[in-house]
Amino acid sequence: MTQETDRGADFVKLVVLLIAALLLFAPFLFQDIRSLEVAARICVFIVLVASYDLLIGYTGIVSFAHTMFFGFGAYGAAIALRQMGPGWDAVLLGTLAGALVSLVMAIAIGLLSLRVKAIFFAMITLAAASVAMVLASQLSQFTGGEDGITYKTPDLFKTATKLVVTEDGKVARLFGVKLNGKLAAYYFVFASSLVLFVFMIRLVGSPIGTILKAIRENEARAEAIGYRVVAYRTFVFCVSAVIASLAGSVYAIWLKYTGPDTALSFSIMIDILLMVVIGGMGTMYGAVIGAVLMVLAQYYLRDLMGTAAEALANVPLLPFILNPDMWLFWLGVIFILLVYFFPKGIAGSLARKETEA
Amino acid sequence: MDRFLTTIDRIGGVNLLPLAVALVAFFLIGVPSSWVTLTVAGLAMGMMIFLMASGLSLVFGLMDVLNFGHSAFVSFGAFVAASVLGWLAGWLGAESVVLNIAAIFLAFLAAIVFGLAAGWFFEAVIIKPVYHDHLRQILITVGALIVAEQMILAVWGGTPINVPRPNFLTGAVLLGDVAIEKYRVFAFLLGLVVYLALKFTLSRTRIGLLIRAGVENREMVEALGFRIDRLFVAVFMLGSALAALGGAMWAGYETLITPALGAEMMIVVFIVVIIGGLGSIEGTLLGAIMVGLVANYVGFLAPKLALASNMILMMAILLWRPNGLRPAVK
Repeated sequence: MTQETDRGADFVKLVVLLIAALLLFAPFLFQDIRSLEVAARICVFIVLVASYDLLIGYTGIVSFAHTMFFGFGAYGAAIALRQMGPGWDAVLLGTLAGALVSLVMAIAIGLLSLRVKAIFFAMITLAAASVAMVLASQLSQFTGGEDGITYKTPDLFKTATKLVVTEDGKVARLFGVKLNGKLAAYYFVFASSLVLFVFMIRLVGSPIGTILKAIRENEARAEAIGYRVVAYRTFVFCVSAVIASLAGSVYAIWLKYTGPDTALSFSIMIDILLMVVIGGMGTMYGAVIGAVLMVLAQYYLRDLMGTAAEALANVPLLPFILNPDMWLFWLGVIFILLVYFFPKGIAGSLARKETEA
Repeated sequence: MDRFLTTIDRIGGVNLLPLAVALVAFFLIGVPSSWVTLTVAGLAMGMMIFLMASGLSLVFGLMDVLNFGHSAFVSFGAFVAASVLGWLAGWLGAESVVLNIAAIFLAFLAAIVFGLAAGWFFEAVIIKPVYHDHLRQILITVGALIVAEQMILAVWGGTPINVPRPNFLTGAVLLGDVAIEKYRVFAFLLGLVVYLALKFTLSRTRIGLLIRAGVENREMVEALGFRIDRLFVAVFMLGSALAALGGAMWAGYETLITPALGAEMMIVVFIVVIIGGLGSIEGTLLGAIMVGLVANYVGFLAPKLALASNMILMMAILLWRPNGLRPAVK
């Protein structure tokens, strides 16, 4: 490995570290509710996208059931909190139940279909995900149907909770930020995401990660050397499913609401795909960059497009192009162009470009 | 036991599966008239799904390309046909059967022509650069699906569109106490004609011979000097046109269509292709009929299970035959 490659990879790592630092101090740097909402979403999606990258980037299998596992986790926590009331036991039980269901489903799907061609797998996971979506809206006594479920989270995460109290009984402020339950909830999301992400980084750096890359590069050869490809693939599929499920639980606790749109819809799957491809497959750090860019774009670029369209209302064609409803159209076009010209995504291309320079 | 199995194989093997399903359903339902109605509905639905799925299956068999954007052709076909039928509403309402037939013929023709053109464009722009790369194929075709769905939303809007049916196809025929919807018979017959034409082309003509040879061993056919890439473009266009025709017929069947139509059908089409085995139109037909019948029977017997029935069917068949019922490549 040359020095230049290191420089490119170092640059990517630096960006990721910067993002991590920004997320760590997000409540103090951007002091409004919407920004905190965005920061929490970024944290959760980094984990979700990274766990998908584990699948698509490190083993080359395409699954469309990733939101299903995310949804299992979210609904697990949501249903437990709804039925058992706000308490840590409900959080723990719901999260574990969601993860367990995800694990069982992942093993079943994996053993059933990872033996066959990759393309079969993609189709089967798509079918499974659509059935899960239908079930969620059908079993409305548990899942709240299309309306979803709202519930209370443990007291610590309530906005009214005072973490540190000043002498006169009010919430203490640190750099102008109220030290209340919202802050605790954000750091809960941040810490869980960090732990899960670091776990995945360790996993791909471990000997198992090397074997996974070997399978991705040359399946027949890996099998010939003596690694049981089906076993490893099923293992990765299970790990990634469980992590997605945990991310779902964390997001459910943060949002205090779980419904098909936030946890199960196919548009989340498309978001995940876009994030992985934009960030760069098979890099892990790419997941961070992709998730940050996409979530920021979702929250701010659409508004910007709307304002721009209004401002340019008199110019022909431009308002139509900038119409916020057309947002997904342009994303699709960008997605296709990215897959054509930058299949390695931002992280991969950055690392490579520095090498060529 | 062995003799029993060979006897079954001799009289048709897996092809008897729909019959067996129909027989079991007959005893479970118990009312002959309902059974006939459901069977006709299942067959009609199966035929329309067959049209949508056959192209996907052939394209995969011939070129190892799986098009996740295939359902876009279905939706486009449905909406194009709906628009044409909307313009020709006067002809549809007319008493004259000739005008009726002309209107529906024009609508289907428009869908087919659109499917051919869109198929050519799709193949040249989207698929060609990513041959032999499954991962990028899946990603790119999913991207194309997003773009196509947004285009439908931009052109036709998000509200459901009413599709008028021609006069001579509305209503039902009464046979004793059995009511059979005319449109279902029409859909079944049209599907059958298309299947027979496809079957004839594939097994009796030179082009069909090349296609089958290409499915079997592509490199060999190329080595013999045939331009299989051109053949592939043709098959892709044909597959898209069939999907568009299937969508057009589906629009007439549902009479109310939304832009979500493509996404809904995609799952069913995939299930059919997986059940039938990729690459063979016989397998696709078998899978489509099975899905159509099971969906209708289960919808009648246990409405709660209806939505999951296709999935359960697929699981069961995959456990039994991991490559589908009648895969083209062994």
